[in-house]
Amino acid sequence: MSICKKILFFYVDGFKSMKVGKKLWLIMFIKLFIFFFILKLFFFPDILQTKFSNDKDRANFVIENITKCLTISKANQ
Amino acid sequence: MENTLLVELSRSQFALTALYHWLFVPLTLGLSFIIAIMETIYVKTGSAEWKKITRFWMTLFGINFAIGVATGIIMEFEFGTNWSNYSWIVGDIFGAPLAIEGLMAFFMESTFFAIMFFGWDKVSKKVHLTSTWLVAIGSNLSALWILIANGWMQNPVGMKFNLDTARFEMHNFFDVIFNPVAVSKFLHTISSGYVMGSLFVIGISSWYLLKGKDTLFAKRSIMVAASFGLLTSIFLITTGDESAHQVALKQPTKLAAMEGLYDGAKREGIVAIGQLNSDKKIGDKQDEFDWSIKIPYALSFLGFRDINAFVPGIDDLVYGNKKIGIEPASEKLAKGKIALNALRSYKNAKKANDLQEAKKSLVKFRAYEKYLGFGYLKDPKQIIPPVPLTFYSFHIMVGLGSWFLILFALSLYFTSVGKIEKQRLLLRLGLFSIPLGYLAGEVGWIVAEVGRQPWAIQDMLPTGIATSQLDSSSVAITIGLFTVLFTALLIAEIKIMLTQIKLGYKGA
Repeated sequence: MSICKKILFFYVDGFKSMKVGKKLWLIMFIKLFIFFFILKLFFFPDILQTKFSNDKDRANFVIENITKCLTISKANQ
Repeated sequence: MENTLLVELSRSQFALTALYHWLFVPLTLGLSFIIAIMETIYVKTGSAEWKKITRFWMTLFGINFAIGVATGIIMEFEFGTNWSNYSWIVGDIFGAPLAIEGLMAFFMESTFFAIMFFGWDKVSKKVHLTSTWLVAIGSNLSALWILIANGWMQNPVGMKFNLDTARFEMHNFFDVIFNPVAVSKFLHTISSGYVMGSLFVIGISSWYLLKGKDTLFAKRSIMVAASFGLLTSIFLITTGDESAHQVALKQPTKLAAMEGLYDGAKREGIVAIGQLNSDKKIGDKQDEFDWSIKIPYALSFLGFRDINAFVPGIDDLVYGNKKIGIEPASEKLAKGKIALNALRSYKNAKKANDLQEAKKSLVKFRAYEKYLGFGYLKDPKQIIPPVPLTFYSFHIMVGLGSWFLILFALSLYFTSVGKIEKQRLLLRLGLFSIPLGYLAGEVGWIVAEVGRQPWAIQDMLPTGIATSQLDSSSVAITIGLFTVLFTALLIAEIKIMLTQIKLGYKGA
């Protein structure tokens, strides 16, 4: 048996013999789906990546942000 | 350009996700090594009992790992959305450590994890044991890189601010990875994980002994966990001492808040226990505490390795202390404003293509660069973090850490003399110490992060300037979503774990 087949069967057998593991994989997939396909897509856009197409514009935007707000209040600490 | 509610919500959101994430991480760090030790005993002795013991704890380790995995990724999402200014500014510093972490974690853990869980009786005992140790080492090394990044925020070294790219750029990689704050933070954090792992094993084993179930398994587990816990507790205290020393040197306001110290002095004592005077204000002459018990000289010695050292208090740091050479915060604010105005002039000069003015502004900026963050503050008193939260969190952490040392010592002693199952009070205390271990870890992070306010990057960037301008309601919605999601994950973990624990080690 080739080494690739051995590795494949190793994983297949491993997954087949899982007991509590199957439940855990299900939870993991649901969790990752929520993270990447709901939270990331709908709630967490990368603002600088989506707003600007190049690093120069991103840098200018941030420089603008950090120089225009010269002071912060106590509550904003 | 202020939106107080937005900043508070963004901070709350980050705190919530970080605290939830930290419910899963320490057990992974600690239990992985305990399993590796147990399996080493199995390989050395060839005893089938030790194999069953190893497999039982490995199952609980797997549950915790599976539920907790990727919970930290949420914080990276938040960097891009809620903290876009910050993530751009630190991108050059954080990029390398986080990329290394991702690669190492993925390749090391995913490869050897499979052998660890699927490889029983399929690979040789030695290969399996090596995989288990590599999972433990890999998990701990993953923590290294993120803690280097965190250490840099507490003590930014090896970098220079580039005015054209608006980024802190790494000038010396070794300064960043050997940053003394990062090194002590890493060691203190992973050792807290080892203690948590030990508490977990002792607590669950205590439950078995209290129930009179699987007693040999429970006693053997306690023997390993108590030995590991005792050694790592001593290590935890040592690394905590070094962390506090670094705080004294690099973040004196945090140290003052941790100790509720307003009026600094030479030969200062450390507060063992006390209640803060809630009416106390900066600069007034009221007592700092309603009552307290102090250990004389200890703060000077532990903070500065010299019992005669002066420990600055909050008043010294805000109003300055000429005798000791402490600069008043008002002067730092003035210098910070010069740096900020120079940055603004540089930007305008570059826009107008006035290279001479740009050069002049750059020279001025470099002269006052280290005060940059102070330029954003309105009032010198803003340099002080929330004192009660920092003080009580610190003292709860230290108190619990001391209790864990005693618990490990007693558990080890009574197990060694074969009387542990008769110590029902100790067994109950062992069981109830599991949540206390989590509490100690969480309050430790509160000390580290709340204690360094108002800074996102120490002295360079206040938290309020690091945030993105977003709609507050969208941040509030995601806080709600996270609360529901993470609570569901936590309930799932506890439920699955309890089922496994009830099955006992023979069912693992």
